[in-house]
Amino acid sequence: MAITERRWNWHLWAGFLFCLAGFATLPLFARFPVTRDVPWVNFLFLVAGLALLVLGLRRAFGQPEQYRGKIAGSILGTLSLLVLGAFCFIVFYQTRQLPASGGAPRIGQTAPEFVLPDTDNHPVSLSALLSSPLSQTRTSPKGVLLVFYRGYW
Amino acid sequence: MRPVAISVDAPEVSRDLRRKAGYTYTFLSDPKAEVIRRYDLLHAGAGMNGQDIARPAEFLLDASGVVRWVNLTEDYRVRARPEQMIEAAKALP
Repeated sequence: MAITERRWNWHLWAGFLFCLAGFATLPLFARFPVTRDVPWVNFLFLVAGLALLVLGLRRAFGQPEQYRGKIAGSILGTLSLLVLGAFCFIVFYQTRQLPASGGAPRIGQTAPEFVLPDTDNHPVSLSALLSSPLSQTRTSPKGVLLVFYRGYW
Repeated sequence: MRPVAISVDAPEVSRDLRRKAGYTYTFLSDPKAEVIRRYDLLHAGAGMNGQDIARPAEFLLDASGVVRWVNLTEDYRVRARPEQMIEAAKALP
């Protein structure tokens, strides 16, 4: 029997690349609230990648006389599962490890006073923020929104 | 309503961020996380090099400094959206 050239199993490689892309673009899509709160675009990439890998693996193992990729498929499949695992670890576990903050000011409580430097190194107090007029309206604000953020360190 | 951003970043870092992003509101620096601690928002060792930083949190205070609305996220990827905060601000007396 003549040995026929077996075809390149591109599904495996495309699937792996999709999985990598789904993982690597997490910081990118985290910049937009619509794709950040639930990272559905990343999930789509990962699902598409795994589907391609399953297809590729079925070809590699189901029709080995036609398609290559038994070894490559096993390696790429394992790597893709690791990527998926790392993704799920970050999205479902790591970013949710926040302190309890039980002592944070609650609704109805008065926010503790503070004095901190602004970007010009001028000290600014909470009471000044509450009472000094807004530049647009020249009246004191109806309220102050304190936004604590992680920063860039 | 007056928005104020607070982090452990040095004033110079916040100044750069403000300039690059075009933010006009006040940025305050709490490098030793003293106020962050007082508000019980310290996320110990969570910074890029293991520094203590603030967990994301938003507080809307009325003119007398009383908290009217709070958002303490359970996932630091997920912060309050501008619409939420504007909606909360509309309810201020």
